[in-house]
Amino acid sequence: MRRKLKLSLDSDVTWKEISPGGVISEAGNAEKFKTGDWRSIRPVWIVEKCTQCMLCFPVCPDSSIPVDAEGKRTEFDFDHCKGCGVCAQVCPFDAIEMTEN
Amino acid sequence: MAYNLKEAVKRPERLTGGHRMCAGCGAPVVVRTILRAIKPEDHAVIGSATGCLEVSTCLYPYTAWKDSFIHSAFENAGATISGAEAAYNVMKKKGKIKGDIKFIAFGGDGGTYDIGLQSLSGAMERGHDMVYVCYDNGAYMNTGIQRSSATPTFADTTTSPAGSVIPGKTQLKKDLTLIMANHNIPYVAQSAPIGNFKDLHEKAEKAIYTPGAAFLNVMAPCPRGWRYDTPMLMQICKLAVDTCIWPLFEVENGKYKVNYKPKNKLPVEEFLKVQGRFRHMFKKGNEWMIEKFQKDIDEKWEMLLKLEG
Repeated sequence: MRRKLKLSLDSDVTWKEISPGGVISEAGNAEKFKTGDWRSIRPVWIVEKCTQCMLCFPVCPDSSIPVDAEGKRTEFDFDHCKGCGVCAQVCPFDAIEMTEN
Repeated sequence: MAYNLKEAVKRPERLTGGHRMCAGCGAPVVVRTILRAIKPEDHAVIGSATGCLEVSTCLYPYTAWKDSFIHSAFENAGATISGAEAAYNVMKKKGKIKGDIKFIAFGGDGGTYDIGLQSLSGAMERGHDMVYVCYDNGAYMNTGIQRSSATPTFADTTTSPAGSVIPGKTQLKKDLTLIMANHNIPYVAQSAPIGNFKDLHEKAEKAIYTPGAAFLNVMAPCPRGWRYDTPMLMQICKLAVDTCIWPLFEVENGKYKVNYKPKNKLPVEEFLKVQGRFRHMFKKGNEWMIEKFQKDIDEKWEMLLKLEG
């Protein structure tokens, strides 16, 4: 028996809409949950200053610095970036600036 | 293969965004790095002791984990993952499972140093082929910053409030990495997110691909509990290492190796002064606290150098 997982859990959700055992079968579906609206400051990527040294990539707690197939970073994932500013702090080339959201 | 950050970034992301850890939290940074050390073709079974990481990455109906994840209780992450590993061995023998699966347990310091210590000790002693990773943020951050046995001396927490009665936590921090090293397991290491993450990545790789039980103790700063500005995550880690408060070392088959000896060992004040939880140590009349803290750190550092031999 497979029930369809209800993604929006509101107060009128019934047990029939919850998977048995609370199993979540879709790995990594937290991507659908946007945490970008937590942000009060916003990182701006200054492409001209960026040397693709990649030091910003591993420090992101929210996996919000996507990397393409060649291993180059691309624009921030603003759906999930919480604006912590750690990336801007570690950038040796001042290629990330924090601004008002 | 030698570590290369530009190659490491091409590995698949195994922890997605959209989890509910605080902005600037150290734990997901640690977890991402450890999961990056898994070969892309291998699958992982991950369990987590109750803590920020567990409750924030796996909120029904969402999971931030791309690998199999088991929601465990506070005290039994070690037992849960060792049981899964034992089941896997039997199924593999019977030919029911193909491919390689790696077993990793994550726990905060509360779930590792304190509440989960018995199940961790048992799992390590039985020698399951698994890695237990403790992300040490030095208190029960998830429930509101209560002191744990990993909280440093003098730290101000809600259950060791610094004031006129007590000077913050009065006890010493438990040395869990050495306790685990004395389980005589093949690999034990202490690490932190530093620089280009070479240290943590290499240790994670060794821990995951060394047959038998392995233990990693990784510092994971908590901006809320340590009371510092979120962008400072990496500076805090660097200061912890440069002051020898959090030495980077590994114990491979009983052989100690200190991986980083700062050329210029900084005074502990450098680490303490940037965090609100130690602010009271800088008040007039409290100089003895800093002196004692420095003395304790120096003694431990000397002991570690002696162990290395």
